[in-house]
Amino acid sequence: MSQATKTAGVVPGRAAARAGRLRRRGPGRRGYLVGALCVALCTVMLLPLLASVLASVKPTEEAAATPPTYLPHAVSLDSYERLWHYQQGLLTYLFNSFGTAMLTIAFTLLLTVPAAYALARFRVPAKEFVFVILLLALIVPYQALLTPMFLTFAKVGLTNSLVGLAIVHTAIQLPFSVYVLRNSFAAVPRELEEAAVVDGANSYQALRKVFLPAAFPAVVTVALFAFIMSWNEFLGALVMMSKGSKFTLPLVLAAARTETSLGGTDWGMLQAGITISIVPCVAVYLLLQRYYVSGLMSGAVK
Amino acid sequence: MYRGWRRRWLGLLYLSPALLFVFAFTVWPLLQMAWMSLHNWSLISPPTWVGLDNYTRALHDRQFWVSFGFTLKYTLIITPILIIGGYLLALLTSGGSRLRRVTRTVLFTPVVIGLGVSSLLWYWLFSTDFGLVNAALRDLGVIAEPIVWLGVDADRSNLAIIASVVWKVIGFGMVLFIGAIQAIPTEVTEASVVDGAGFWQRVTRIILPLTLRTVLLVTLLSVVGSLLAFDQFYIMTAGQPQNQTSTSVFFVYLNSFPYLKLGYGAALSMILALTILAFTVVQLLLTRRSHA
Repeated sequence: MSQATKTAGVVPGRAAARAGRLRRRGPGRRGYLVGALCVALCTVMLLPLLASVLASVKPTEEAAATPPTYLPHAVSLDSYERLWHYQQGLLTYLFNSFGTAMLTIAFTLLLTVPAAYALARFRVPAKEFVFVILLLALIVPYQALLTPMFLTFAKVGLTNSLVGLAIVHTAIQLPFSVYVLRNSFAAVPRELEEAAVVDGANSYQALRKVFLPAAFPAVVTVALFAFIMSWNEFLGALVMMSKGSKFTLPLVLAAARTETSLGGTDWGMLQAGITISIVPCVAVYLLLQRYYVSGLMSGAVK
Repeated sequence: MYRGWRRRWLGLLYLSPALLFVFAFTVWPLLQMAWMSLHNWSLISPPTWVGLDNYTRALHDRQFWVSFGFTLKYTLIITPILIIGGYLLALLTSGGSRLRRVTRTVLFTPVVIGLGVSSLLWYWLFSTDFGLVNAALRDLGVIAEPIVWLGVDADRSNLAIIASVVWKVIGFGMVLFIGAIQAIPTEVTEASVVDGAGFWQRVTRIILPLTLRTVLLVTLLSVVGSLLAFDQFYIMTAGQPQNQTSTSVFFVYLNSFPYLKLGYGAALSMILALTILAFTVVQLLLTRRSHA
């Protein structure tokens, strides 16, 4: 506090103007305090990620050193190379993770776009009931449904299959997607739709030419959430995939944590895997942040 | 225009794939699970009807209560941290300045990382000999000998895991709180400033009451999410020591898959689903009331 009081006199003009809205006594003092807090928080949040990335480029012996080094003494891609060749090879796991995520996006959109369209614009019998059924998975945790799903999937050959896992992920993601898309289709102006109908468009053409372009941000949001959920999901994959060749990235890394090479966990390789798993999520989040936050808001208003 | 009966059937046609999907992959498994829970069934032997035996067995199973109690403890500790912490962060960063926006983005980044992957990351950070947590504590002179964080003492494991999950999800509540705070009309806050209300007065008298609905919603999401915790415990402690840190979902998983007690696992799943449902209903009722 005393530190902050000392700085009260030197208020930069820009900060003062910015703080104008919240102005009470001493906006500058508050400004510096907030600034310091923000920087401290960012540091705390980023340190674990940074530590992991740095550990992933340590040479093999250094990555296994105890006590650990904070900064790599030399840079090496050994850990990535070991990960590349680990068991079935990194490419297999990347393929499984990406494949499942892409299938999940496809299934989710194919199912929820028409459903949300109908809920937003058609007079369907018992519409409220239909909506509740579609949102059922919100109150029934999928964790509880995995055992019966596994038994059914085992009978029809959908275990150890990307399609099977994508079905589980689609079931998880369906309520959110229906909800977001329905609201977004409902917000499309009636006049736009009517203009298309007057021009002779049928309902499918209206969906394609009017609703999908108008609600494009919501479609991006739904795809983005489906990707991040599927890429990260753990328990469903753990239950459905028992063959090593079908493991997704989180599964193989979790298995590798107890695996022994060099007489212990291969920490360097683990950090390489963590870094590779994190990059796509953070990248799509930073690129599509607007869609992500708007999806979060509209999904949470319920 | 396509109105009338055609539109009704057309609407159902558009809905049918999603409805069929939900029936096949949510409703049907739910019914199957209810049926399974009334049978004694391992994959080797055919199912035999046992009525409610699986349920009474759960109520007399010590591990059931250990898991439930541990999950509850985890939930009761982590939820206030996430709500109060998330709210304070939202108050700090809800402004429009560049630094605040950057801080918001950074605080939210771990939310998009998988819980499994973040748990692996913290499994390393908290590892006794190879982890940076012990290294930093020792270099700062806080501890002389490395602490065994994970898998030996249930409470210490719980604290370490809570720290890791707070790091990962605190930004989630924060972003929802920021949305609610920013939705407060500026006239309302400005009027209070004119009236000479201080910052904390404004928070307690205006901002908090006007965002209470979101606070309850985030509490609900956090409670449900914590009651369903699995990844972080599976990865960081594997339920150790002696299954003291195996959560409710972990216990269901153990019974259904490694042990293949399918009927018993299904009964445990039913109990879990009903618990979640009860929490959801109570919270929704509270939300309704606060809204009215």
